[in-house]
Amino acid sequence: MLDVTGPARRTPILPPGAAGLVRALPPADRFVLRMKAFSGDAGGFDLTGPLNSARGTSARFAARLGPDEWLLVCPEGEGPAAEAAISAALAGQVFSLVGVGHRNAAIAIEGPHAADVLNAGIALDLSEAAFPDGSATRTLLGKAEVVLVRLSGGFRLECWRSFAPYAHAFLTEVAQEFA
Amino acid sequence: MLLVPCPYCGPRPEVEFRCGGEAHIARPADPNALGDAAWAEYLFIRKSPKGVHAERWLHVHGCGRWFNALRNTVTDSFVASYKMGTPRPDADMQGGK
Repeated sequence: MLDVTGPARRTPILPPGAAGLVRALPPADRFVLRMKAFSGDAGGFDLTGPLNSARGTSARFAARLGPDEWLLVCPEGEGPAAEAAISAALAGQVFSLVGVGHRNAAIAIEGPHAADVLNAGIALDLSEAAFPDGSATRTLLGKAEVVLVRLSGGFRLECWRSFAPYAHAFLTEVAQEFA
Repeated sequence: MLLVPCPYCGPRPEVEFRCGGEAHIARPADPNALGDAAWAEYLFIRKSPKGVHAERWLHVHGCGRWFNALRNTVTDSFVASYKMGTPRPDADMQGGK
């Protein structure tokens, strides 16, 4: 892995978040953990959830996106400590832990019409019954692949940096209908 | 929208998937022993039935898993889906309806 000494420079891809339904979230540290047949706790992340679930708080959570794949998100700056803690907790097992903090951008969608805004581009049932708090999945928003997480009453959308202007503009435009 | 049943995630919208063509095509154990015609048969010749067809599908914008599914090519309805490596669940439906 590339060794970066000192704080990495991370230029926000989106304009700073303003009040409203759709809000750009600050940078975060993220990891993709690939590992077969595991359930338990690693470095403060709860990896016990079933497929398409998220466990944790909206700032620090583990989302299980595949049978052997998790997306781990924590506040910016906590990454190196989390990486060391996860590596220590899983020592002796076969796993891959890749830092992808620079790859993604995150957008928060909040308010009573959050699901309606997202459903303009996402073909999943996002009602409380089908996609309750603690759900997470990879899916498509319009033309862009995104990871959608529902935690603490709001939605968090993670997408690749280069998709972020598209996803943000898409959601902002839809949100005008509900403002 | 057509819903595709992923054996891992349940029914999900069709746009999240890619179809990978006919399933259960075994690579010949010893390709060197085959003639050109038999090798071409393995590479290119597919069934394309009118009725129930076993296909490989990839949940690319979801759990990222390959699986097999039985789809009726006339009605476009999915009869069953099952994980890779498990046998086709309906021997009696070959050619089916």
